[in-house]
Amino acid sequence: MKHLLTIEQLSRAEIDAILDRAESFAEVARRDIKKVPTLRGRTVVSLFYEASTRTSSSFELAAKRLSADLVSIKAAGSSVDKGESLKDTVATLSAYDPAAIVIRHPYAGAAQLVAEWSDAAVVNAGDGKHEHPSQALLDLFTLRRQLGSLDGKRIWIVGDVLHSRVARSNLIAFQEMGAKVTLCGPPALIPRGIEELGCAVSYSLDGLDEADVVYALRLQKERMKESFVPSIREYAGHFQIDSRRLGTRQLLMHPGPVNRGVELSGEVIDSPHSLIAEQVASGLVVRMAILYELLAIGGESPAPAEEDPGERPTPMGQPA
Amino acid sequence: MSLAETLDMRPGKGANLILRGATVLDPAAGIEGTHDVVIRDGRIADLAVPGSGEAGGLEVVEAEGLHAFPAFFDPHVHLRVPGREDEEDIETGTRAAAAGGYCGILAMANTEPTVSTAADIEALREGAREQASVPVGFLATVTRGMEGEELTEMADIREAGAFGFSDDGLPIRSARVLRRALQYQRLCGGTIALHEEDPELSGDGVMHEGPVSAALGLAGIPSVSESTMIARDAALARYEDGQIHVQHLSAQESVAAVRVAKAAGARISCEATPHHLCLTDEEVRALDASRFKMNPPLRSEADRQALLEGLRDGTIDCIATDHAPHAEEEKEVPFEQAAMGVTGLETAFAALHTDLVLNEVIDLSLLVERMAGGAEPFGLERPTLAPGSEANVVLCDLSAEWTVGEEGYESRSLNSWCAGRTLTGRVLVTVAGGQVAYRLRSFSLGVAQ
Repeated sequence: MKHLLTIEQLSRAEIDAILDRAESFAEVARRDIKKVPTLRGRTVVSLFYEASTRTSSSFELAAKRLSADLVSIKAAGSSVDKGESLKDTVATLSAYDPAAIVIRHPYAGAAQLVAEWSDAAVVNAGDGKHEHPSQALLDLFTLRRQLGSLDGKRIWIVGDVLHSRVARSNLIAFQEMGAKVTLCGPPALIPRGIEELGCAVSYSLDGLDEADVVYALRLQKERMKESFVPSIREYAGHFQIDSRRLGTRQLLMHPGPVNRGVELSGEVIDSPHSLIAEQVASGLVVRMAILYELLAIGGESPAPAEEDPGERPTPMGQPA
Repeated sequence: MSLAETLDMRPGKGANLILRGATVLDPAAGIEGTHDVVIRDGRIADLAVPGSGEAGGLEVVEAEGLHAFPAFFDPHVHLRVPGREDEEDIETGTRAAAAGGYCGILAMANTEPTVSTAADIEALREGAREQASVPVGFLATVTRGMEGEELTEMADIREAGAFGFSDDGLPIRSARVLRRALQYQRLCGGTIALHEEDPELSGDGVMHEGPVSAALGLAGIPSVSESTMIARDAALARYEDGQIHVQHLSAQESVAAVRVAKAAGARISCEATPHHLCLTDEEVRALDASRFKMNPPLRSEADRQALLEGLRDGTIDCIATDHAPHAEEEKEVPFEQAAMGVTGLETAFAALHTDLVLNEVIDLSLLVERMAGGAEPFGLERPTLAPGSEANVVLCDLSAEWTVGEEGYESRSLNSWCAGRTLTGRVLVTVAGGQVAYRLRSFSLGVAQ
C-alpha cells in the first residue's frame, strides 16, 4: 500500500491488518511513555484546506507519537490563501522531502492528484464529499472492539448522506467487512442511484429496530435554505435519534461534531449506547497504524503477512 | 454557394490532385465505388474509372486501399478568439480541423469578451481570411454579453456575415427572451443554436447524476436539466415557426424530445458529440478532468444507446465535436474545480471509426454522412464529391493505427478526451474549400510524369 486514498482500494485482509496494528498501538498508548521511534527523522506534512478538529489533531498527534517531524499547514494564513494552486503548493512542500502528506481538501480527488504530483505517501483525510477512509477505519476499529466481527450485522446510516464523505466511506467499509447497510434520510439527501452500491435505502426510521448499529450524520443547518428539508424542526421530528427510537441493545455512532438536538437528542449522546467518545480515542491509534502501514512497511512488502515480525511496533516500542 | 465562397479562409492555390484508385464513399450523393478522384483547380473534375483519370499537371496520390469521403463539417467549435489565444486561435484551431478531415467549421461566440456586435464579426472574418486553413463561419451571441437579457443587433450582425446565433456555454434562461429572438429571426434569418440546460436543475453539478455521481460524492447534473429545456424551446420554435439547432444532445430524454418535436413539424435540428457517442459516466470514476469533464456531462449507457439510435433514425442530424480547448492550469485541479470541455477536432473521425464502425455499432456510410451533416442546419452547402463541386475531400487510411498525442497536437491545448488512446483510421489528406489544407507529414505525394 503506497497511499491511502479511498476505502474502496482496500481489501478485507488489508483492513484487518491495519486494525490489528492499531490494536498494538492501543497497547503502546497505555504505557507511560507513549512514543515510539519508528518514524524518527522522517517528515509528515499535514495539509488542511478545510477546518478540522478531530482529524487534523489526531493525525498530527499520531505522527508525533511515531517520532516523525511534523509540518502542519492550514489553508487560512498560508500561501494557499493567496491563490497558489494545489499543484504548486505540493511542489513547494516536496522541497522538504516529506515521507507522507496528509491532506484534507474540499474537492473530490484532491488526494489522488497529490499522489500523482508527489513522491510522498499520501493519506486522504477527506476529499470533498467523496471519501474519508481514516474515519471509516477508526469506526471499524471501534465496532470491532464492541462487536467482534461485523459479518451479518445490520447498520443504519441516518441523515444527510448526499453531502457526507463519511457516509460513502463507511458504507463501503461496513459492507466490505460483511455488514448489511441501510441508508436512511429525507429523499433529497439520499443520492440518486446510491443503492447500486449494494445498500438498502429508507426514507423513514420505520424498521430502525433491526439495526445493531445506528450511525447518525451531521445535518448542516444550511440545508434548509437549499430546500433539501423544509425545516430543521421537521427533520428532527422525522430523523432525530432519541431515547424513544434507540433500543437497549443498539449502538450509536456519530463522526462529530454533533448538532445536539438536531440529528441526536442530548440524552442519547451521553447514554451508554453511545460510542462517540470511543470513536475519537480510536482515531489516534488507527491513524498511527495508517502512517505506520504506509511509511514503515509501505512499498517494502506487498502484504502484511510477509513482513518481518521484527518490524512490529511493540518490540520497537522503546521510549524515544 | 460553395463553402469557400460562403465562409472565410486564407486565400490560396486551388488543389490539383488525383487520388488514384480510391474507395470513394459519399452516401448523401449516392456515390460509392472505386475511382480516380480528379481534383483540378480546387474542384472535383471527375470521378474516373481507376487508371483512366487524366493526371497531367496533377499531384498523384496512389490511393488504392484508401478511402475518400466528402470532408467533414463541424458546426460547434470553440476557437477562443478573442481573449483566450493561449488556448486556441484561428490558425491553430483550423489546423486542428484540417488534421481531423474537416472542410468547414462554425466558431462559437462565448469568448472573452463575447462576439456580440457586427464589428466583432467583421474582425473575426478578417482574421479568418488571414489565418484560417479551412473555411470558418462565426456565430454571434443571442443576447448581449450572454447575459440573457437584451438581444444583440441580430440584423446588423447577420449583414456582417454571422451564420447564426448562440449563447452556447449557457442556456437562454428566459423563455421570453428566446421567444423574442425567434420572432426577430423572421427579419434577419440565422439559425439559433441552443445549449439546453436548466441551471435551476443543474445547480453546481459537475457530472451526470446517477450511480457514479452517488458513489463519487460529486454533485450531479440530471438528464431532465437538458430535456425539459429542449421541450420548452421546441414548443417556442414551433409556435414562432423559428429555426433552432439543439447543441450537444446527451440524454435519452432529450433524444425523445427532439424526435417528438420533429414529428410535430418543428424546424429543429440537433447534434451529438463523439465523446457522448463513445463514452459513459463510468469514465469519470478516474476523476480525470482533462479528458472526462465537460458540459453536458458523459451520461449513462442507456443514454449513449439512445443517442446511437437517434443517429441511426435521423433524429440526430450531425456529429459536432464541441471542440473546447483549455489551458493546462484550468484542468490540473480537482475535478470539481476544473474547467468543462475537451478537444475533439483531430480525433473525431478516428475515434468514431474505432469505437463504433469497427465494433459494428454503426455503418461507415452513416458515420460519413453524419460527419458532414452540420452544414445544412445553418443554411450551408453540404460537402460532396459530386463532379463539378468545390473540392472538399478527406482521404483516410482506415487501417492505420496511431496514438493520440504521441506526436503532439495541432491544437494549442492538450485536453483531448482521446489522449493516449490508440485509434484506427487516420486522415492523410484534407482538401478544404478547394485547397489542400492538410497532409500527414509522413505521407508523401508524387508528381505525375
